[in-house]
This record gives sequence, C-alpha cells and structure tokens, in this order.
Amino acid sequence: MNVILIAVIVLGLIGLIAAVVLFIISHKFAVHEDPRIGEVSAVLPQANCGGCGYPGCSGFAVACVNAADEGSLEGKLCPVGGQPVMEKVASILGMAVEASAPKVAVVRCNGTCEFRPRIAAFDGALSCRVQNMTGLGETACGYGCLGCGDCIRACKFDAIHMNQETGLPEVDEEKCTACGACSKACPRGIIEIRLKGPKNRRVVVLCNNKDKGAIANRACKASCIGCGKCVTVCKFEAIHVENNLAYINPEACKLCRKCEEVCPKQAIHAINFPPRKPKPVVDSPDKANTDAVSTKEPANETKSQVAVEQPVAALSSNSQSSNQQP
Amino acid sequence: MKTFKIGGVHPAENKLSATSPIREAGLPKQAVFSMCQHIGAPAKPVVKRGDVVKVGTLLGEAGGFVSAPIYSSVSGKVSKVDVALDASGTRRPAVFIDVEGDEWEENIDRSPDLVKLADRPELDSKAIIEKIKNAGIVGMGGATFPCHVKLSPPPGSKADCVIINAVECEPYLTADHRLMLEHPDEILVGVDLIMKAVDVTKGYIGIENNKPDAIALMKEKAQAYPNIEIIPLKVKYPQGGEKQLIDAVVNRQVPAPPAIPINVGAIVQNVGTAFAIYQAVMKNKPLIDRVITVTGKSVKQPSNLLARLGTPFQQLVDECGGLPEDTGKIIGGGPMMGKALLNLEVPMTKGSSGLLIMNEKEARRSEPSPCIRCAKCVSACPMGLEPYLLSTLSDLQDWEKVEANDVTSCIECGSCQFTCPSNRPLLDMIRVGKTTVMGIIRNRSAKK
Repeated sequence: MNVILIAVIVLGLIGLIAAVVLFIISHKFAVHEDPRIGEVSAVLPQANCGGCGYPGCSGFAVACVNAADEGSLEGKLCPVGGQPVMEKVASILGMAVEASAPKVAVVRCNGTCEFRPRIAAFDGALSCRVQNMTGLGETACGYGCLGCGDCIRACKFDAIHMNQETGLPEVDEEKCTACGACSKACPRGIIEIRLKGPKNRRVVVLCNNKDKGAIANRACKASCIGCGKCVTVCKFEAIHVENNLAYINPEACKLCRKCEEVCPKQAIHAINFPPRKPKPVVDSPDKANTDAVSTKEPANETKSQVAVEQPVAALSSNSQSSNQQP
Repeated sequence: MKTFKIGGVHPAENKLSATSPIREAGLPKQAVFSMCQHIGAPAKPVVKRGDVVKVGTLLGEAGGFVSAPIYSSVSGKVSKVDVALDASGTRRPAVFIDVEGDEWEENIDRSPDLVKLADRPELDSKAIIEKIKNAGIVGMGGATFPCHVKLSPPPGSKADCVIINAVECEPYLTADHRLMLEHPDEILVGVDLIMKAVDVTKGYIGIENNKPDAIALMKEKAQAYPNIEIIPLKVKYPQGGEKQLIDAVVNRQVPAPPAIPINVGAIVQNVGTAFAIYQAVMKNKPLIDRVITVTGKSVKQPSNLLARLGTPFQQLVDECGGLPEDTGKIIGGGPMMGKALLNLEVPMTKGSSGLLIMNEKEARRSEPSPCIRCAKCVSACPMGLEPYLLSTLSDLQDWEKVEANDVTSCIECGSCQFTCPSNRPLLDMIRVGKTTVMGIIRNRSAKK
C-alpha cells in the first residue's frame, strides 16, 4: 500500500513541476502570430500547389497579411480559388480586391503524330526533361511537345491528360486552376497560362516553333512559319511576330477570328466558338491557301511513311533536302 | 599494375578494328563545318557564299579565348552559310562547301619527313602555344576543350608533369591504338612539344595493357626520349577520364570542382591531340582531319579511317560496307559515353572519335525496374558519388540537395547505369540534375 502511495505522490509531483515549467515556458517563449493568418489560411483551398508563387497555402496567407499591412493586395491571387476566395481573403483583411480575369493553361503545340512525323525514337528515361537534352527529340521540331507527360505528373488537380491519338496533352478546362505547375514542368515552355476569355472563347497560336519558316514548315505541317499574314489582317494590333513566331495578345484580341482565316498553316485556333456558318464569299482565298499547303504535303507524307519503316534512311533523305534549300 | 583507386567497371572490349590499318577516307561531295566543334564560344564565320576555299583556308575565327578557329578540310566553293544539325541534335551555324578538286594551301608541309624538336631550336613555349591556338586544336579524346587554354595555366599554378592519355578505355574504339602503331615518332615529338610549351621535364604516356603491341612499340621508340615514360595500366573503365588517369599514373587526387588538374600539377592531353600538335607546329597543318573508328558487330569492315572534318557520317559508313539492315542505333563516339545520332547526314567534327553501329538487339534498352538498394552503382562510381541518390533527387527536382551531393563532380561516364541490375536510367536523370545545377551555379556567380 505504502509503495503505491509513494509512487502516486512522486509521479504527481513530477507532473506538477513539469506543468508549471511548461506553463512558464509557453508564456515566456510564446510566438505571437497574427490571428488573421489563421483566418486567411482557413478560407484558402489548402491545395498547397504553389500556383500563387508562395510555398503552400500558409505561405500565401502570411504574404497576404503582410501585403494588407502595406496597403494593397495587388498581385496576390490564389489561382485555385480564384475570385471568390480572394474576395473572402480581402474581407478578412478589410481590403478591396481588384477583379481578376480567370486563366487557364493552354498547350501551345498542335504537332500531332499526323502533322509532325517522328524522325527518331527516344528510348531513354521517360521524362521530357531528359528527352529535351537530346536536342530535337523525336521529331524535327526543337520547340514542340515531347510527349513524355512531365506536365501531367506535375498537375495536382488531374486537369491535364495525354491524348493517345494525337500524342499531345489536353487541358480539362473545368478542372484547370491555372496554378502554373504544368507550365513550370515543361522544359520547352510550351504551356502558357492564358486569360480564359469571354465565355471561355479565345484565339490562340498553337505553335511554339521559333525556327525560320522553311525549317518549321518541314518539321511540322501545323507550325507557325512567321509569315505575318495574321499581323497584317489584325485591326486591333493584337498580334506580333517575334523570332518567327506569332503571338496573340489576349488582352487586345477582340475575337474577330480574321487571323484564323488567313493563317496558311492553320496554326491559329479559335477555341470554344460555335461552328462557323459556311461563307461562300471567303471560299476562294481559303482554297488557294489550302492548295498551297497541299502541294507541299506529298513530300512530307512519303517521308513519314519511310520513317516508320526505316528511321535512319528517312532521316538522311530529310536533311538532304534541307541542305539543298538555299 | 597501376590503375585508379575508386570504382570503375570492365565492359566487354570488342576492339573489332584493332588490326585494321588506318586508311584514308574519300572526299565528300559536300562538306559541312559546324562553328561549334569545341567547348566554349562558337567560331565566327569569315567566309560568305561563293567564296573559293582551299584545304587549310580559315572558315571561322575563334569567338573568344575559350574557343577555336575552324579551317576548311576541302577545296571548293562555299555554297551557303546557314544552320545545320550537329551530332548533339541541335541546329548550329555552319558553313557548307561544295567540294571541287583537292587543292591545299601552299604553306602546309605535306611531306612525310619527321621533324624533331631539336631541328627547330627557335620554337619557344609562346610560339608553340600560339601555333596550337591558330591551328584550332582541341582535345581530340571527345571533350573538345580548346587545347591552348589547357596549356596556358592560370597565374600562380605550375604544372610539373604532362600525362598523355592513350588509354582508349571506351569499348570498340581503336583510333588512338592504331595512331600509336602507325605514327609513334610523330606522337613522341608532339609530347615533346607539349612539355616544352608548358615547361615541364616529365612526360608520361598511359596505355592500357589490352594494347601490348602499342606499349612495346612506344617503349622502344621512347628510348630516344629520356624524359618520356610509358606507363602500362590495368584495363578498367573510365581510365581515360582526366582525373582517373592522373590518379592512375601519378597517384594524385584532383579535389571536387572548381579544382582542375593543374591544381595538382598535371596537364593531360590525348594522344590524338599530341599528333595534331605535331602536325600543326612542325608541318603548319591546321586541324582538318582525324582518325575515326567506324565499327559495330554488324558492320562488314570495321575500320579506322583518316577522314576530313565535315565529311557526312553516311560516307564513312559507306566506305566500311554500308549501313547494315538491322541497324537499331548509330552512336557518335564509344558505347559508354557516345551519343546516339539523329541521322547520318550529321558531319564529322573535331571530337568524333568513333562511329558505332548497333543492331536492333544490342540497341534495345531493357525495361527499368525499381531500385533494389544493392549499391552497385555506388561501388562503380569512379568519383565516389551516390548515383541512385542523385538520380532520385534529380527526379524530384530537389536541386539544392542535388548540388549538396556533389553532382558537379559527375563525369557522366555511365558506369552506374552500366552496372545497375535494375536497368535504371540513372545517368539520364543525373545529367538533368547536373545541367540544372550548373545553370543555377552560373546564375549565382553572375549575380555576384
């Protein structure tokens, strides 16, 4: 009995002393955290994707509170939560938030297996980063999608998937939060985080090829050759050609789709538009353009056929023709 | 017998072309000269379309100190100055020449007479280095580092020995082996020139003992050169790595980068470079050709060709019996460190030591399976790194940790991947990590 009593008293005393020590320490060394950080954290999506540019949601909460203390929430955006979440954050911090347009990831490459024949086979580690170090990769385009799916593995929202038929990743616009993880993962910088546009409609150059027209044309049937026709036709000065590649500024674009019509390589795509009504008037220039393209096609087709049978021979014929070009 | 201490592997040697003498390859119809045949700044083209050039005419001048000029190896007309695919699969500026005849610049001495250093007493260190620089000589082992830079050590460091790399540890390749058998005197004069250029009195030539005929011949010829010693080495890959060779021959260990061999007093040059230096200094011949091994199990005539730079690989393959039907992969260089080529139209460059044709069965990579933690890669790594860890960290893109684990020491020899029983693509990932970390380090030093 005595033994039990001693044990209880001793343990009780130890517990008491420890409690007093812990109480003093917790008061003396308490880290004062702004209560707003916790509140802001609570309304964030907790996806910890890093799309805002800060390490995780708590990092973003701290940044928001600091920014509010400095007077403005400008430039702070949670791409996952979007406008509703930012409004909640702003109301907690007693700030106004500017309206921000929703964005989406756009894969700027339309070099499908059909348009862009493979000239070599890559058998190294299945990673775009590794394949990018081999120079061109499997096709003659040194700027296009490598198709190993680094972007797919980077996506935390299951919003980007490989289309097995085209060999290109496709973005699920419903799920995409524009966090930018795929854009960072792509070693060739093909994926752009772009304004979603009114009614999700947008006009985009689906090509990233910065080679000269002749080289780009040989590498892929759907490549931008930097001809500048779209620049001429655009009334809103929304398009410019830099490094042989056209870029449509989404803020200036009025979605008139003129550029889409004149593009001789069909590299400009209008996304989420209803199907066009047939226009008999525009038919003739369109035809001329498609003719111009189709005259080049046979050569490409034979190349792709040979490429399947005997890669090396196909390659040699390919670059021989490139050597002869002035 | 001497060898390096840490790691190493022994792949099957497959020196198929060891007994075939060097023969001259024919002239190409069109030669393509990439302006990036070396490490460092690209050369600047100095010719334009329509210019008539001879063998030995300057095509591109050096683009900086760490750079090398490019000379024409053929005579003819410049058809265009454009971009061309090089062996690494990138488009680079290049000069295209349509070949007509074979006219040489007059100042090149084409006679086979041997000129010794004693015959040219006016040559001092400065003059030799200047000639090497102007001849566009780069490391011929494959690294293509401009030779004159290595021979001009930074102030404060002084070499005390020159080591000639005649190891040829890559399987299949025999270009250096044949060069030693057929031009031993020229090589020894070349070594003498290097020693004079950097003012040292001791030279070593390291040769692996799978070339007993070369060792015997070089030993016999070297008797006339008391300062040059022939060191037979135990066969082990990657003995031809600069740091491994220094360890094997003079037992000195080069610390991790940014330390370089000169910090331990050694200068390493390839045996092919020594030969090119002899030709440049004594014969006034710029670097316009080199010996290349065209080999492979399915190749009809595995050969060593003396080919002009700029010759498309297709022609070299044709001279060795054509491309076999079951070709799966064509590798520029040896099987361990070489790079698979995109096509055969790629022209030969200063660093092309071999062309290996693998059949489909050999070329196929086995399916990778999970790491079983056997640590074979750790014991194989000649730099004492942990390849499995570097590879995983690179895959996770944890660049800080990749850097902390000394990825910059990696010499990309591929021993880890060779030895891995799970066929993991270790080097593929490590190379990504190394390139990224090097970029980060460059950015950091640029900011400072």
